[in-house]
Amino acid sequence: MMDAAPAKSNGSLVRILDVHKSFGDLKVLRGVTIQVPRGEVVCVIGPSGSGKTTLVRCINHLEKIDSGRIYVNGRLVGYREVGGRIVEERESVVAEQRQNIGMVFQRFNLFPHLSALDNVMVGPRRVLKRPRAEIEPEAKALLERVGLGDKLASYPSQLSGGQQQRVAIARAFAMQPTLMLFDEPTSALDPETVGEVLDVMKTLAKGGMTMIVVTHEMGFAREVADRVVMMDEGVIVEEGRAEDLFLRPREERTKAFLKAIR
Amino acid sequence: MLGNIDFDGAFFLRYLIDPPSIVWKGLGLTIVIAIVAQTFGVLIGLLVALARLSRFWILRQWAMFYVWIWRGTPILVQLLIIYTGVAAAGFYKYPDIVIGPLTITGPMQAALITLSLNEAAYMAEIFRAAISSIDKGQSDAARAIGMRSLTAMRCIILPQAARIVMPPLGNEFTLMIKGTSLLSVIGIRELFGTMQNINAATFRTFELFLVAAIWYLILTTLMSLVQRRLERHFSKHELPAEKTFKAEYKERSLLSGQR
Repeated sequence: MMDAAPAKSNGSLVRILDVHKSFGDLKVLRGVTIQVPRGEVVCVIGPSGSGKTTLVRCINHLEKIDSGRIYVNGRLVGYREVGGRIVEERESVVAEQRQNIGMVFQRFNLFPHLSALDNVMVGPRRVLKRPRAEIEPEAKALLERVGLGDKLASYPSQLSGGQQQRVAIARAFAMQPTLMLFDEPTSALDPETVGEVLDVMKTLAKGGMTMIVVTHEMGFAREVADRVVMMDEGVIVEEGRAEDLFLRPREERTKAFLKAIR
Repeated sequence: MLGNIDFDGAFFLRYLIDPPSIVWKGLGLTIVIAIVAQTFGVLIGLLVALARLSRFWILRQWAMFYVWIWRGTPILVQLLIIYTGVAAAGFYKYPDIVIGPLTITGPMQAALITLSLNEAAYMAEIFRAAISSIDKGQSDAARAIGMRSLTAMRCIILPQAARIVMPPLGNEFTLMIKGTSLLSVIGIRELFGTMQNINAATFRTFELFLVAAIWYLILTTLMSLVQRRLERHFSKHELPAEKTFKAEYKERSLLSGQR
């Protein structure tokens, strides 16, 4: 594959460098820099409107950026560099890059006209063009791993929120991504189903998956996150190990935020 | 006070139950024209809708212009411009088109073109509304697993839009069946045209047009039965609550279907 800047990789799977992004007059990201080594789990916390959802959507180019660079696997995502400036890539190139980046949404976004099994298979089938006979056993095994082996034929409307989100995780994982993005994966769930989704995510994390997770689940962050990043008003306020950041925050804004969500 | 009632019940019943073969042919022609024109209307309408939703300005403008023209003028006027007007001005004289055993006459060409292009304008708006109503998260999710927008449209968005399109589509087809009766003005012997011809020879106006009306009613009733089937098929994954909502939507669109 053509690659404008493979040499810039320094071992990090994800390198976000000085990213700026506005929606009209509203500056959502004002110079964000994060590096995530392969296999690391990073949790992003912060008040609503702090830019954390926008940040993860920029990583797989669901949102355009105004300036800065985002590299995944050493490749610039969504853009190519031309004379020091970034130019948006063709759709086919962006689509191919996204195949390696799994994403799980707050509102699941399962395909309602497809069964749980077809939701998991649709990527490998329609994007990777692999034969059904080959991917069906894989997809079934994936759904079994997330505890839904008995729900293969169920449509999303017949599943609880927690079950839907587990299907969504299986759907993203079916593309065998090198990176998984989670945008508040448990925020739209009933409290009693949050645990089952977090359990699946913990299994993924312990399996060595590189993950960037926007979440307020401190238990999850403390158990599996290598690092926690606190964002506010489009910048990173503070980052550190989960223990340190939750128990001994240095910044006033972090302290205030943690107090508010406890 | 009633005048002398002149209603030939035997004539009426004969034409209703056992009409001469030209009536059956007229009925067949009505069905064929409606199906062909509706099919092209759906296909062209989908293209116009995709153009309307395209990221290219020129395509959007063209689609808006198309709908504006075809929806903003009466179909009878369109029909006469496309057939009589175009031929009179010498642009195209509508020679017969022969495809194997099939001969498509000039009036038939004009009829199919007009009905298809007119229908496409309405279908375009229906498709556009349906596609726009699909949650943005669906295309986000499709793109996130690496689909290109065309694949996402085909595999994710359109199948969901299809079930929303179904009730208004049934509506459109009903209007199409009835609308074919206009074609008698350019000399096509569909159901109504045939009845008018027989009327010219027998002067049994009330009986004949009543028979025509009953046949249109039979066709549209059969149509609504098929439609109910299709809707059930396309909404098999939905919850009961959503179905109730769809039913209400259909009621409203029946009224808005007037034109």
